[in-house]
Amino acid sequence: MLGVVPGVMAWGLVTGVAMVKAGMPTPVALLMALTVFAASAQLASVPLMLSGAPIWVVWVTAWCVNLRFVIFSAHMRRHMMALPLRWRLVAGYLTADITYVFMQQRHGQSAPADAQNIGPLAYFVGLCSVNWLAWNVSATLGVLFAEAIPTHWGMGFAGTLALVGLLVTLVRDRFTGISAALAATAAVAAFGLPFKLHIIVAVAAAVAAGLLMDQAASWHRVRAMASDD
Amino acid sequence: MSVASMTWWEMVLVTLGLVAISALSRSFFFLSSKEWQLPPLVERGLRYAPLAALSAVVAPDILLTQGQWLPSWTDPRWGATLAAVCWAAWRRDMLGTIVVGMAVLLGLRFGLGW
Repeated sequence: MLGVVPGVMAWGLVTGVAMVKAGMPTPVALLMALTVFAASAQLASVPLMLSGAPIWVVWVTAWCVNLRFVIFSAHMRRHMMALPLRWRLVAGYLTADITYVFMQQRHGQSAPADAQNIGPLAYFVGLCSVNWLAWNVSATLGVLFAEAIPTHWGMGFAGTLALVGLLVTLVRDRFTGISAALAATAAVAAFGLPFKLHIIVAVAAAVAAGLLMDQAASWHRVRAMASDD
Repeated sequence: MSVASMTWWEMVLVTLGLVAISALSRSFFFLSSKEWQLPPLVERGLRYAPLAALSAVVAPDILLTQGQWLPSWTDPRWGATLAAVCWAAWRRDMLGTIVVGMAVLLGLRFGLGW
């Protein structure tokens, strides 16, 4: 986890700087940096807010950008149900991309957390505290020192690279690789859609392709078995 | 008025809504404590969804320039991404991935002037 801290911090810093340079008043940018805790949703909302888009448009867009977390939450459920509702909400709020990927790698298959088996939740708390701290410190610095921090040489790309690294570790076989590549092309092709709907188009295309490949592979196995007889 | 930016209070309201969206989207499937089972098809589909969603968030940042498709072999982001992907696949090491990618990005940008 400590390995991704530089990526998280660079990203937080750049998100903070970007909000202020886009023209957000510093106090609002600071409030946003410290409470929303979602880089991609923040970066998507800021231009909308500044162009005077209706409030619901900003919210719908943020929801689309955050849709991946809805999917993540289905996978995280096995460990979270040991907590009372209030803490499940807090845990959800603290789940970032990086937290999810590390959690899946370490505890994706392990026994559901409960009073005897606190390992998965302890690991989760550790991930969240490091990530939360790194993010908030750097985003605050970004907002406060926006004018002094140069962005032209592309420090923000460190955050993208951190996600690229996560992406590579999630690719387990040919099918997941192909579906991820398809999602990338679909997202680029559909980028012009409003409300960041390109993310939803890409997920739908990639899931459909993945299921088709699974189906084709099982037909292939059936036919191979049939021809053996 | 129509192109004017939001007022402060509107921005604060939007921000509070964004906090709620962060919390609700990320805890979506553990809000209800009722036991349920996803249909098998959805279960299999979910194997592909997280990867696809991340890919969809990242790809435009690498491939598009201000929302436009302007492909160029001398785009330093492409070389940087290629190097980062190779490193991540080879070493499975996050810090190395970021360092290698940024080194290539800066090298191409300032070394070769891309």
